[in-house]
Amino acid sequence: MKPSTVFMSYTRNDLTNFVILMGLGFAVVPFVVQTDYWYSSILIPWLCLSLAAVGQQIVMGYAGQLALGAAGFMAAGAFALFNLELRLPFMPFPFNLMISGLIAAFFGIIFGLPSLRVRGIYLMVATLAAQFFIIWMIDKFGWFKNYDTSGIITAQDIVIFGREFTSPFEMYLVVLVTVTVLTVLAINMTRGSTGRNWMAVRDMDIAAESMGISLLRTKLQAFAISAFFCGVAGALFAFTYLKSMEPVAFDIKLSFRILFMVILGGLGTINGAFIGAAFILLFPVVLNTLGNGVFHGMIDATIISSIELVVFGVLIIVFMIYEPLGMAKLWDSIKAKLAPQSTLEQAQEKQQRL
Amino acid sequence: MKWKRFKGGLAATATAVAVLATLGPDAAMAEETQYFPIASSRVGPYSAMGTGYYGAQIDYMNYVNMNGGVNGVMLEWQECETEYNAVKTVECYQRLMEKDGQRILVFDTLGTPGAYAVINRMADDNVVLAQYGYGRTDAADGRVWPWVFNAASHYWSQIAVKMKFMAEQEGGIENMRGKKIVHLHIDSAYGREPLPAMRSIAEDWGVELVEISIPPPGLEQQSQWLQIRKERPDWVTFWGAGSGMNSTAMTNAARVGFPRDRMIYVTFGAAEEDMFPAGDAATGTYAMANALPGDQFPLVQAIKEQVYGGSKGNLAEESRIGTVYWNRGLGAAVTYIEALRIAQEMHDKVGQAVTGAEFRDGYESLVMDDARLKELGIEGMIAPFSISCENHEGAGKFAMMQWDGEKFEQVTDWEAPLDPTYIRQLVENSAAKFASENGITPRECS
Repeated sequence: MKPSTVFMSYTRNDLTNFVILMGLGFAVVPFVVQTDYWYSSILIPWLCLSLAAVGQQIVMGYAGQLALGAAGFMAAGAFALFNLELRLPFMPFPFNLMISGLIAAFFGIIFGLPSLRVRGIYLMVATLAAQFFIIWMIDKFGWFKNYDTSGIITAQDIVIFGREFTSPFEMYLVVLVTVTVLTVLAINMTRGSTGRNWMAVRDMDIAAESMGISLLRTKLQAFAISAFFCGVAGALFAFTYLKSMEPVAFDIKLSFRILFMVILGGLGTINGAFIGAAFILLFPVVLNTLGNGVFHGMIDATIISSIELVVFGVLIIVFMIYEPLGMAKLWDSIKAKLAPQSTLEQAQEKQQRL
Repeated sequence: MKWKRFKGGLAATATAVAVLATLGPDAAMAEETQYFPIASSRVGPYSAMGTGYYGAQIDYMNYVNMNGGVNGVMLEWQECETEYNAVKTVECYQRLMEKDGQRILVFDTLGTPGAYAVINRMADDNVVLAQYGYGRTDAADGRVWPWVFNAASHYWSQIAVKMKFMAEQEGGIENMRGKKIVHLHIDSAYGREPLPAMRSIAEDWGVELVEISIPPPGLEQQSQWLQIRKERPDWVTFWGAGSGMNSTAMTNAARVGFPRDRMIYVTFGAAEEDMFPAGDAATGTYAMANALPGDQFPLVQAIKEQVYGGSKGNLAEESRIGTVYWNRGLGAAVTYIEALRIAQEMHDKVGQAVTGAEFRDGYESLVMDDARLKELGIEGMIAPFSISCENHEGAGKFAMMQWDGEKFEQVTDWEAPLDPTYIRQLVENSAAKFASENGITPRECS
């Protein structure tokens, strides 16, 4: 199979869609959405997991390294932020947030090392170590959890320059700003020489190396940046959504969900990370609400719960068969059908791709 | 053509909905309702627990409604699937929070991970977290945790009762010196929860305690059981979750030849659904109960007759009525409704809906003595208990059961730990530590 059938090639849509999305997030959502439920249970986790998916996208969709273990890096970020806030309370929150991302990035580099030797499915197995090692380490050493007897930590309140951000809307703003800044960075990286290097390695690493791209540097860079994004996402997820957590919250299942977000959303696009996160996170909620709201009392509740899982699974399979490039591509095709590009633009785009 | 018909159907549905919507408020005006959340876990490895426990709660609410509600207040509920997952529990908590303008009074996650995920929100949201025999132990100190309860007794009492049982079997505490206990647990906060009390009792008695953990979901236990074979312990306290993990432990114990009557299961492995899959390997296993199984209790019979007789039962298999998880859910539901009744009386709101704060007062004033339990029709199913401002644990008592291959046989009566004040001291110390770390001033209970 040619790689081009799996990965989406670069489109300007990444940027425009993101600008539209964030415009909505900043200018429309605060005036339309009034309930805490939407902020704290839908928007915040969606943005956090989107950020983690962007991280996964970088290492998998752009650098082409089949890595699993995003939840491990998220745990590293979350517990790093907890400890920073606990032990260095005088430091500003945004600064601590970035440091926790860097700590996660450090782990990313260590667990990215196997990528220099193994690839594909074997690399996936090797990166699984990150998942298990980080969780084990946090579990094993009480210091990370401030010796809490039950091993559960309670996230501190977010205070930025003396102002508390504790209501769901305020926390939403914190998350939104962070996600915007980091995603703009990610889009820039993927468009610049860094991203071109990643894609060169992804499409054919031997060719890339013979053209003078350092595999070591490129791969580890991708792992580090990916882990940084996951770490920040994990820290935000813990501090704005879960609030009290144990390491098991970041289990292998979460890693798989983030992997699916990227695959379903579309590999190689930042858009895909956001769409995939929305699908994986929100669709079960929609199904469950529908199941309990519409069929309440009509069908056995246990059967409804099981049917939801079946429907979700079937949809994933259908999507993968119908549109292997992911939902981002589906979105593009729908748009193309609704507003056909001029043939000139198409030709130009084709030329660009070639 | 098809599309047209579909559109026609849609229009009809829309009209029907609109008509219903206009009818809705009037119907609500006619009778007071009280809304309860059901954060169920019906799918996944923990489904046996969730379907039984929450099935019983829904059955009991149906039963109450069929008999005129709580002083005329009809019970309403809405369900949300948590899959026993902390992240989803948070979402469900938010989703179930409000219905038709009425907020929830009580939240019951049936799982320590879920309970921990929402425990810090209770005071702000004015919701009672009712950990019915699970969850955070030091919440038993009501001065630090006004909104959190663990009626039906917490894990520290449970482990203390287990160790008392061992001591009795060995012929006294003095014989416990030099004995070895393996605490085989799922590697999560829930599995580690009893450890502080267990360690301290073990040290006191001169018992060697070996902690072995099993990563969730716990279906793979071979290396742990090989380790147990090497350690040759006198007792194993098993702390698992989900039928798969619980039955795997017994089959593995049989494989390495560890006697089943030296294993004591936690309340969340002490159900028929956990024992049957292990077949003969399960025979002889000890298990703890905070609600005894059996369908001979008058209330269970009444529900069977009225609710299931009227085909409004929630269980898919009627035969599960009277099993451990179902009875435990019934015990929990009876407690809530009783608290609601008391809250109505305390706040002069008989026949009206109450708020979270009022419900909390009612819950804190629960007195479930033998007489009251008999009136409710569950005498003997749960240990009699009462709740106070200081003590949010209730009875602190458990009964030991043994699996005979077909059903559980009750081995002991409701037993308290050997030294309840000692356990209480541990609880207060832990709560005080939490209070000082989080800047909470414990309230005064006079």
